[in-house]
Amino acid sequence: MSEDNIKALLEIKNLKKYFYIEKGFWKKIVGYIKAVDGINLYVSKGETLGLVGESGCGKTTLGRCILRAIEPTGGEVLFRTEEGITVDITQLDKEDLRLIRKDMQMIFQDPYSSLDPRMTVFDIIGEPIVINKIAEGKELKDRVKDLVKVVGLNVKHLKRYPHAFSGGQRQRIGIARALAVNPKFIVADEPVSALDVSVQAQILNLMQDLQKEFNLTYLFISHDLSVIEHISDRVAVMYVGKVVELADTEELFFRPKHPYTEALLSAVPKLDPRLRMERIILLGEVANPANPPPGCYFHPRCNYAKAICKNVEPEWQKVGPDHWATCHRAGELNLRGVT
Amino acid sequence: MKNKQDKTSLEEKYYIASQWQLMWRKFKKHKLAIFGGTILSIFYFITIFCGFFSTQDIYKRHTQYIYAPPQRIHFFDEKGFHLRPFVYGLKRKIDPVTFRRTYTEDRTKKYPIYFFTHGDKYRLWNLFPTDIHLFGVKSGGTIFIFGTDKLGRDLFSRNLHAARISLSIGLVGVFLSFILGCILGGISGYFGGTVDMVIQRVIEFLISIPTIPLWMCLAAALPPHWSPIKVYFGITIILSIVGWCGLARVVRGKLLELREEDFVMAAKIAGATDYRIITRHLLPSFLSYLIVNITLAIPSMILGETSLSFLGLGLQPPVVSWGVLLQDAQNVRSVALHPWLLIPGLFVIITVLAFNFMGDGLRDAADPYK
Repeated sequence: MSEDNIKALLEIKNLKKYFYIEKGFWKKIVGYIKAVDGINLYVSKGETLGLVGESGCGKTTLGRCILRAIEPTGGEVLFRTEEGITVDITQLDKEDLRLIRKDMQMIFQDPYSSLDPRMTVFDIIGEPIVINKIAEGKELKDRVKDLVKVVGLNVKHLKRYPHAFSGGQRQRIGIARALAVNPKFIVADEPVSALDVSVQAQILNLMQDLQKEFNLTYLFISHDLSVIEHISDRVAVMYVGKVVELADTEELFFRPKHPYTEALLSAVPKLDPRLRMERIILLGEVANPANPPPGCYFHPRCNYAKAICKNVEPEWQKVGPDHWATCHRAGELNLRGVT
Repeated sequence: MKNKQDKTSLEEKYYIASQWQLMWRKFKKHKLAIFGGTILSIFYFITIFCGFFSTQDIYKRHTQYIYAPPQRIHFFDEKGFHLRPFVYGLKRKIDPVTFRRTYTEDRTKKYPIYFFTHGDKYRLWNLFPTDIHLFGVKSGGTIFIFGTDKLGRDLFSRNLHAARISLSIGLVGVFLSFILGCILGGISGYFGGTVDMVIQRVIEFLISIPTIPLWMCLAAALPPHWSPIKVYFGITIILSIVGWCGLARVVRGKLLELREEDFVMAAKIAGATDYRIITRHLLPSFLSYLIVNITLAIPSMILGETSLSFLGLGLQPPVVSWGVLLQDAQNVRSVALHPWLLIPGLFVIITVLAFNFMGDGLRDAADPYK
């Protein structure tokens, strides 16, 4: 248990996850991939924090580290429990971790591989309830039925197996399972990116309804800015294992402070052709997380890079009310947001 | 209207079909596999009751009928059709120069075949003394459907009894490799790291040894004074020493693949213990693959036993297996003069093919979700 109490529901301090690159017969460690490289974030109760970034930037790894589905290399994940005690998830032993997982659940990206094809819908949704000994027998049945209704599925279909359902329905099953243990906090790892656009909207609306109904807190991971804009209260932008900018959704979309955010925003499609701004095409490749460039990781692709960017790693600095960015020139640049 | 209802209930049946039901649906479509499976069921059924299905005692010597050819079963004689089948007696002629025996049908002697007749005594499953056979002729007559061997013993009965050893050695051997393969492959895949590397190198080493010489060395090491039962188990262990390697690799590969599946992580996040994840999620997922591999591993076991026994290194007479029976067919002379000695080889081929057909169908059905 950690000493310092936190106000937010979840606070991440300097979280790191390095993957080792092994080589040769004896598996000598020849380097690291810094998938998550010293991230600081907080999530307040009842809000949705959007996490956006290119594929491979470490979004999913971050989400999994928070739940300790994979072991983080370093840092703290502070979680405030119902009783108001702050717990450092990274320090928990197996038994305590099992208890805390009742409060934190996950919705997966791929609705096809996240449901065990050999279990009926009832067993899939009921599994967390049975494991955590929340209910059994008739009570279990009633609870599963309630959950199925809540996510908008037919109670008659409980005996079916996942192969009977479409992607959107499967995702609803996944959401019902995540809700089964009454969690406070849910990591939604690209929950809609595997779905058709029409179904995406349904699932997003469902998630918003559930958030209101059960007072849920989301960490919503996505690579799709329009989805993020729709659902998030605040947005964090990730680039090569680091959060480069964090702000309220509106603030971030209209007044970005990091050149990478600006480039991302310029790629959001708009309906009105007159409003389309000139798209900023980033040159070069995404930095290799195993061998990142010196200084700011983004400087080789940045249009505003100066000498300092090539040598000195920028600090995580406050650039406005509730607005942070890691850029040397955050204060002086006047970047374009969504117009 | 009724038609529509039927259709929806059919669909619903598909939706609530479990993994095994889906596999069975797919397997049924594989006609060749069903055919192989049927043949195997018949073989194993006959093997279980081999005393009943054989016509006589397998050690009984008919000294008057050495190397007798198969007797044909007739329905017609000079008087026309008979509902009850019969065999003609055999007349032996010995060439005074070469001492070669030739047999001709003796049309004057006719032995009708009776069903559920009393014949040689035997013990069913070594428990129940009885003398009832499925079919046979009245005493005084002879019936050699597959002919006789060099001691005048009935090859039909011997083949049926040989099947008991040859067909079961595959199952027992595979069972041993299954245990070894699951444990070692499971350790390899679940823990990974150094243990994994050591086990994988051991497997590579074992696979690289030519099997026949290895088996020969090991079989030669079996003490000669052992009872047939001990030799039988000795041989199965020898066969499974190599057999487990392939299985261990399948188990390891599947474990590595499944460990990364989202539903395993979902169970972990839901708070499931390792034991629950292994028994509820991992095992059911690769059980079907194991069954396929076992089915495809049995033929190589049967072939291994047959080759060892054929070379005189496996089971020894008086025990009968198909390989032991084939020992009599080792020289060109006997093959040329007494081709019926090769019948056990035919059984081996049919069995191995049937297993492969069935395994093929099972492999197609193993993952109904792809």
